[in-house]
Amino acid sequence: MNWLESFRTSWSAVYSHALRSTLTVLGILIGIAAVILTVGLGLGTQKDVSAQISSLGSNLLIVAPGSSTDTSGVRGGFGSSSTLTRADADALASSVNAPDISGVAAEKTTSLSLEANDTNWTTSVTGTTASWLDVRARTLSTGEFISAEDDETSAAVIVLGSETADELFGTQRVVGQSVVISDKPFQVIGVLDTAGSDSSDNLDDLAIVPFSTAASVLVGGTESAAVSTIYLQAASDGQLSAAYQEAETLLLNLHSITDSTAADFSISSQDALVSTATAVYETLTILLTGVAGLSLLVGGIGVMNIMLVSVSERTREIGLRKALGAPPGAIRRQFLIEAAILGLSGGLLGAILGVTAALLLPGVIGSSIVVSPAAVALSIGVAIVIGVSFGVYPATRAARLAPIDALRSE
Amino acid sequence: MVDPTPTDAPVIELRGAGKTYRSGSIEFEALKGIDLAIHEGEYVAIMGPSGSGKSTIMNVLGCLDTLTRGEYRLGGTDVNDLDEVDLAAIRNRQIGFVFQGFNLLSSLPAWRNVELPLIYGGVPRNERKERAEQALVRVGLGDRFENRPGELSGGQQQRVAVARALVGEPTMILADEPTGNLDSVSTQDVLALFDELHARGRTIVLITHELEVARRAARIVWVRDGEILRDELNEDVAA
Repeated sequence: MNWLESFRTSWSAVYSHALRSTLTVLGILIGIAAVILTVGLGLGTQKDVSAQISSLGSNLLIVAPGSSTDTSGVRGGFGSSSTLTRADADALASSVNAPDISGVAAEKTTSLSLEANDTNWTTSVTGTTASWLDVRARTLSTGEFISAEDDETSAAVIVLGSETADELFGTQRVVGQSVVISDKPFQVIGVLDTAGSDSSDNLDDLAIVPFSTAASVLVGGTESAAVSTIYLQAASDGQLSAAYQEAETLLLNLHSITDSTAADFSISSQDALVSTATAVYETLTILLTGVAGLSLLVGGIGVMNIMLVSVSERTREIGLRKALGAPPGAIRRQFLIEAAILGLSGGLLGAILGVTAALLLPGVIGSSIVVSPAAVALSIGVAIVIGVSFGVYPATRAARLAPIDALRSE
Repeated sequence: MVDPTPTDAPVIELRGAGKTYRSGSIEFEALKGIDLAIHEGEYVAIMGPSGSGKSTIMNVLGCLDTLTRGEYRLGGTDVNDLDEVDLAAIRNRQIGFVFQGFNLLSSLPAWRNVELPLIYGGVPRNERKERAEQALVRVGLGDRFENRPGELSGGQQQRVAVARALVGEPTMILADEPTGNLDSVSTQDVLALFDELHARGRTIVLITHELEVARRAARIVWVRDGEILRDELNEDVAA
């Protein structure tokens, strides 16, 4: 009896117990679909997070001030002191000192209330320079961005994030309007395009003013020269680590610090942020895939269960087939193929369900799901392996039945 | 009816055949060393009450069970030394079984039930269908190829089983209480079929406990307590 004959026999057995076969297939199907979806969701979330972090700008290094130590010796965290100044940013922008750094944008951010007409809105007001737009990879929807000249003259001009503009002016034309901050009027010269939000900030709810304006008019005092963050853009992806080196060396020199472990600033790269976030989601994905894998295992046990029922229910049939000349191998093969058919159908249908869900779900849950062909192929393979390996025991049991005992059973 | 001419070498030969069943420390001697030779074309009934050992003889003759001592030669081959795979091949080619309970697969139409031995015999697909249909025609079910067992009467089902036993052209037909589940009309029907097959030269071994059924055979072997009591030609048929 060849494989084709065995397959025909097995198929007719699966087909003639349609309900039972369907339920067994369902167990595998759910497991496979769950694995495809969780892996897809994990990969999708990783992709989303990387995209969000990349939306900060490309080839970006982020310099934050170091920690401060107060008189009682309590040390604050990074960013708690104002060790970085506008002078640091200007030094980093020099192409002589740091040839691999193509763009520098110092930010001085504080939360203030903006008033316009009869309404007001509190948002983060950032003082920065003209290079900000390029470094942070942002674009304007209308108007223009602050210029170098605005910075030199401490012009009272402001660029609004799209949501901020919306809150203050609604549907009115925004450019040319006036906004009052701390009793000082600012002219709106532009509105930024939407950019969504990253893991901590809403990138569309902010206001940008020239750095010098922020330093003198809005913040003032001893803090006026301090910056909260300096964004550095490396000339290319390959120059990122050189840019990092240059920035670190330069800042250490400027701050007269010889030991880099005592630095009063920190430099983090976008890649580091991405890999940290990715690592978190990878762990989560592995965990969820493990849970989904368990359901696949349960599905496999379901196959074994049904195959054992099938063998004991068809003991007479096995006995008869043996009496008519079926060698043990043919019987084993018949039941193994039957189990493989159940596994394969579950795998294929589960893959179809998983991929369909992966295409439909993102619209509903708002998170992307990446279907990896490798995961689909692998899970179908696993389904067959599960079907066959959980079918081995029942099939061997069937093959070992003595024909007379099998024939006598009722 | 013509008496078949036995050839010199018997098709079936049991010599000192013994079978002991063990269950824990209890031993039961089902066959106490019997000798039996059946020649080609013979129609033999093995007759005895339940527990006489006739089922054991049937299992041994059908290569479903092996002897604990003695020798069984089927078509000249010593069957005792064969393994599972070879025994399966012997059953496939040399023996056509007819069981009391028909043992048809209820999900398959008649012709597919009949073709089963041919599948295991490695006969090609198109030839199988043809031979299965011929066998069904031979047992008078030429119009029932596609019917499933559930759509056939008990007598018809047993005819399908006989067709299945015939289809592989086996050395002998081994029938185990073939009329046990049938009413008297169907019983006559099936026995008439055996008579006809015998007339055409088939070797038939029929196991029964009913004298009425055994009387249709040309030779009756009486078994009791694992021994052959009498082995006689049936004058009614043999004459």
